[in-house]
Amino acid sequence: MTEYQVIHSRASRIDAPDKATGRAKFVDDIRLPGMLYGALLQSPFAHARIVNIDTSKAKRLKGVKAVVTAEDAGQVKYGVSPARYDETLFCFEKARYMGDEIAAVAAVDLETALEAVSLIDVEYEELPAVLTIQAAMAEGAPVLHDEFPRNVGAEVHHEFGDIQASLAECDLVRTDTFQSKKQDSAAIEPHGCVADYNLRGYLTLHTATQVPHYVQRTMAMVLGLPVGKVRVLKHYVGGGFGGKASANPMEMSACLLSMKSGRPVKMNYTREQVFLFGRGRHQFTHTLTTGVKKDGTVMALKNECYLDGGAYSSFGIATVYYAGSLLGGPYKIRSMQYDGYRVYTNKPACGAQRGHGGVIARAAWEQQLDMIAEELGMDPVDLRLKNMMNKGDISCNDLYMSSLGMRECIEAVRDQSDWKKKRGRLPKGKGIGMACGFFVSGAGYPIYRSETFHCTAMVKLSEDGGTAHLYTASAEIGQGSDTTFGMIAAEALGVPLDMIRVSSGDTDFGVDLGAYSSRQTLMTGHAVKEAAEEAKRQVLEVLSDELKIPIDVIDIQDGFIVFRNGLVDFRDLRRRYMKEHRGWTDNPTGKHLTFKEGARIAFLSRGTIIGRGKYRPRPLGGQYKGAAVGTSPAYGCSAQVVEVTVDMETGKITLDRMNDAHDCGVAINRTSVEGQMQGSLSMGVGEALFEEVKFDEKGKCLNPNLAEYKIPTALDMPYINPIIVETNEPYGPYGAKEVGEGAIMPTIPAILNAVHDATGIRFHELPLTPERVFMAIKEKEAKETGGDDQT
Amino acid sequence: MTLKEITFTINGQVQTLTIQPWRTLLEIIREDLQLTGTKEGCGQGECGSCTVIMDGKTVNSCLVPAVEADGKEIITIEGLSKGDTLHPIQQAFVEHSGMQCGFCTPGMIMSTKGLLDRNPNPNEAEIREGISGNFCRCTGYTKIIESIDAAARVMKKKD
Repeated sequence: MTEYQVIHSRASRIDAPDKATGRAKFVDDIRLPGMLYGALLQSPFAHARIVNIDTSKAKRLKGVKAVVTAEDAGQVKYGVSPARYDETLFCFEKARYMGDEIAAVAAVDLETALEAVSLIDVEYEELPAVLTIQAAMAEGAPVLHDEFPRNVGAEVHHEFGDIQASLAECDLVRTDTFQSKKQDSAAIEPHGCVADYNLRGYLTLHTATQVPHYVQRTMAMVLGLPVGKVRVLKHYVGGGFGGKASANPMEMSACLLSMKSGRPVKMNYTREQVFLFGRGRHQFTHTLTTGVKKDGTVMALKNECYLDGGAYSSFGIATVYYAGSLLGGPYKIRSMQYDGYRVYTNKPACGAQRGHGGVIARAAWEQQLDMIAEELGMDPVDLRLKNMMNKGDISCNDLYMSSLGMRECIEAVRDQSDWKKKRGRLPKGKGIGMACGFFVSGAGYPIYRSETFHCTAMVKLSEDGGTAHLYTASAEIGQGSDTTFGMIAAEALGVPLDMIRVSSGDTDFGVDLGAYSSRQTLMTGHAVKEAAEEAKRQVLEVLSDELKIPIDVIDIQDGFIVFRNGLVDFRDLRRRYMKEHRGWTDNPTGKHLTFKEGARIAFLSRGTIIGRGKYRPRPLGGQYKGAAVGTSPAYGCSAQVVEVTVDMETGKITLDRMNDAHDCGVAINRTSVEGQMQGSLSMGVGEALFEEVKFDEKGKCLNPNLAEYKIPTALDMPYINPIIVETNEPYGPYGAKEVGEGAIMPTIPAILNAVHDATGIRFHELPLTPERVFMAIKEKEAKETGGDDQT
Repeated sequence: MTLKEITFTINGQVQTLTIQPWRTLLEIIREDLQLTGTKEGCGQGECGSCTVIMDGKTVNSCLVPAVEADGKEIITIEGLSKGDTLHPIQQAFVEHSGMQCGFCTPGMIMSTKGLLDRNPNPNEAEIREGISGNFCRCTGYTKIIESIDAAARVMKKKD
């Protein structure tokens, strides 16, 4: 493998000292002079007609500076995909879930704002609500959005290959149904923002977001401002995982309140409001029919899926496509059929969450593959290896595997877990299971149809040459992207990492679609690399002119100018540099010309040196409708082996060890790659074992808090052994591709398969709470004893 | 309601504040004293992001009425480093990448300090127990536990 100076290492995160000392600034740490505090009025009914809103009492309360409703906001429809813009800022006819936004208030402090909210009189006419897919799709069911009579907001019907013909050739066909529960992203930082509209008509929005670019566009569109007058910037963001991957009504409210009041307005979601905003993982019900030959060759996969979407579309159109398209790999499947339905219900909207759309499909299918292996008497590892795609393969739905280290991943987890010794040989109550998965390295297309570059980047050299300042509008949300891009810029420019200053997350710095679909390392990485290379080229051009040597014999390495044709007399350049730095104590003295000197000379010749970079994916495969969801410039993949102990008396599952291997292309920062793997797994563990957002029969969220909505603690997680498998991705910067989301894919099914190994029970519904497991153990025992001893 | 005057030591400095009695310790730390390193993740004592040390014990400052701080000694994340020298726990979190988004990190580090003050030589199970009240959604905890283990070793060597 190529020798690198900076990347492919374990560089320390550039934000680590700030984060370890409490200096790192998050949005809630911002206080601006004259700042007001905002609060929202949200619907107390899951479905209600709004007859009248009276804000007069609220407006009269001392300290209230602005009160806004749909009347002030206008009725511009927005959402995530322009194909389904179905939200407005504030309900103007009816509320569609308990928590739908009715009005907002800005006041001198939060207490006053909350009191004012309580003084707004709303006359509601309660409507019957639909809370399940069955109720929503029933004949004559109440309708959330008039355009969608049976509440089916989006449906997909795909067939690749001849499914019936393929099934006819199969020796074994089985059908299983699997159901998950609605999950919440549960980032530890709740959403928050500060909107600041100034008297020249410029709006600045500080917000905790994964996607400054999309938020900028949405604010401009909804508020009727030119995009150029809206600046959206993020500070450090306390996790996203999808919940912060689109504009939210709180941001719009804060902006509108700031425009009305002429003062900055701060707003935060409480933890309860985070759950009410929702946008976490949908509840999926998959019915999968898989057909195989006797020798284990997978021939056909039929996938029918219903998604409980909540009150609005959010990312749902993409989600319902992903729930089909992402089963296209990493196995060879001759024919595939998919029928997906996303259904509106009177609950908080679901959206994208880590592993968008693919996680439950993957869980269902990887468990079914295990069941098939069992029926065929095959080792599940062998079944998977037998059907695995190889580099260069194209799936039946046109996904191109430009690199694929799937075999290496499987072999790594198999060997490091002692799979062969343990599989089927552990005592009752202990089990081992494996599964695979794969994911996109960035969506091939923007959320709105556009020919836009997906990202731009700039590298500006400081006039003294000592620092290269990287500007990108990408979003560091904890995954380590600032460090990654600093490393890529340093590598491409030929300087040490500490000479790179990174500024990111601000729409003033360019265009970047943001942190979702595991896109940034590959996509922003390309733009950053190009920008740094262009800055470098400009420095080399000037040096070539000045020294009268060909440009191709000069290079920059580790902060020094390197001449490939031996010694070059650069004394004149050094004299010029020294002359400008009389009295400085750090002037260069060594026998090599420094980058600092070279960059200073370049500045003297050309002015500020700025390298620019950009990236847009090449045209990708798939001409069919919906092909845009699932196609990606590259695919990451992974395999996991999980070992569990199931307490046969209580049904409690303990995870003993997780081995995870992930092909991330060339790892830019090995430590960050491991961190992404470990974090992905923990989110999968939560979803497998306990996470479920619950509602009562009126549509009220029952557990909108972190006590009753359980996410994994340090006591729930085992040691995770991260194994980095590297391939050289031809379409990635330095061969890099995704790791952020793909790693979650095998977690749930590996746990399911391990639990089966431990108990002999297959579970078809998540989460695997002690109660569910206990009841299943009891049921199995009763069956085995023939029910004789039932009393 | 009558205002209350409270006096307490925070990060070695004596502070006297006149406050409304319903306010929480977290609010006065973040808002009145502008020590924004301490974070609010839930406001309900569940996530541990607001952990500070009060009279030697870790507390969720969002659950502590500020009046209870009267006469107490409090340490927040800002009180750990000395000038530009990081506390060994902070240094270990930096070196072992014991953080991603960093939002839970101040609370996590304060709980680690509480743990290591009680038990300078914790095993893995004791470390997990010691930070079980601090939620992290990013890391899966493995690198946090490695950071804490490394910090304990460094601090033991220094003793």
